[in-house]
Amino acid sequence: MNWGSANEFLAMGGYGLYVWGSYGVTVLCIAIEIWTLRK
Amino acid sequence: MTSRLLQFAAPQAFFPLAGKLVPWFSFLAGALALAGLYVAFFVAPTDHQQGESYRIIFIHVPAAWMSMFLYVVMACWAGLGLALNTRLSGMMASAIAPTGAMFTFVALWSGALWGRPTWGAYWVWDARLTSELVLLFLYLGFIALKSAIPDPTRSDRAGAILALVGVVNVPIIYFSVQWWNTLHQGASVSLTRAPSMAATMLLGMLLMALAAWMYSIATALSRVRSIILERERDAAWVQLQRDGMRAAA
Repeated sequence: MNWGSANEFLAMGGYGLYVWGSYGVTVLCIAIEIWTLRK
Repeated sequence: MTSRLLQFAAPQAFFPLAGKLVPWFSFLAGALALAGLYVAFFVAPTDHQQGESYRIIFIHVPAAWMSMFLYVVMACWAGLGLALNTRLSGMMASAIAPTGAMFTFVALWSGALWGRPTWGAYWVWDARLTSELVLLFLYLGFIALKSAIPDPTRSDRAGAILALVGVVNVPIIYFSVQWWNTLHQGASVSLTRAPSMAATMLLGMLLMALAAWMYSIATALSRVRSIILERERDAAWVQLQRDGMRAAA
């Protein structure tokens, strides 16, 4: 296990903004694509 | 066997087949992504040079692979349509383009957010980054060109030529890190030598790449169904399908 706490997980060793910025925008893109396909 | 496969070249036969396949590929994509994310965050160790920022790799590399691979697949369908005049080929090419463009954008975006902490810059006009940006423009150009021509046959032809000319960019992206001096690192995974990364990191990356494959197949099949319905709307079987849907609703 890499993380001692949820905060440590979110902080990503100080790179939280970059890591979660990448994953977040990817999830958003996939959500938009699935939403436009559903219509 | 071949003749049984070829019967699915007809949009009418392919439509229900695609409909049956979409849930399976969607399920596989979800399951592989969950397994991949678990390995990516809870199994793979911290990188001794880059710390936790390297975890962007699990998004970045699969997206970059898919962006190039989907372009080649799209160009193959487009070329097939040009050579054989099959209606479904052009529809498949159109169905793949938006997903390819999405993965290209994700590769560029995650690359920018990875470049900032490791290189000190979100963007540099470097061979790898610039050729990947050109790939995004090729996808967008293909989509724009096809939607600008209302006649499906002519639209498929024009799109196919653009897709085939643009395919020259794919080897340029792939080999750019060898041909030019670049900030971007070389390939970490190769078929001919041992991978230059920890086994668990590689496992996470491969699981995410497989998930991206399954996702691409599911979205392309789902999109091609809409395109078939739209293009064949005057065909008797589509009318029947529509009446059936209306009766069910």
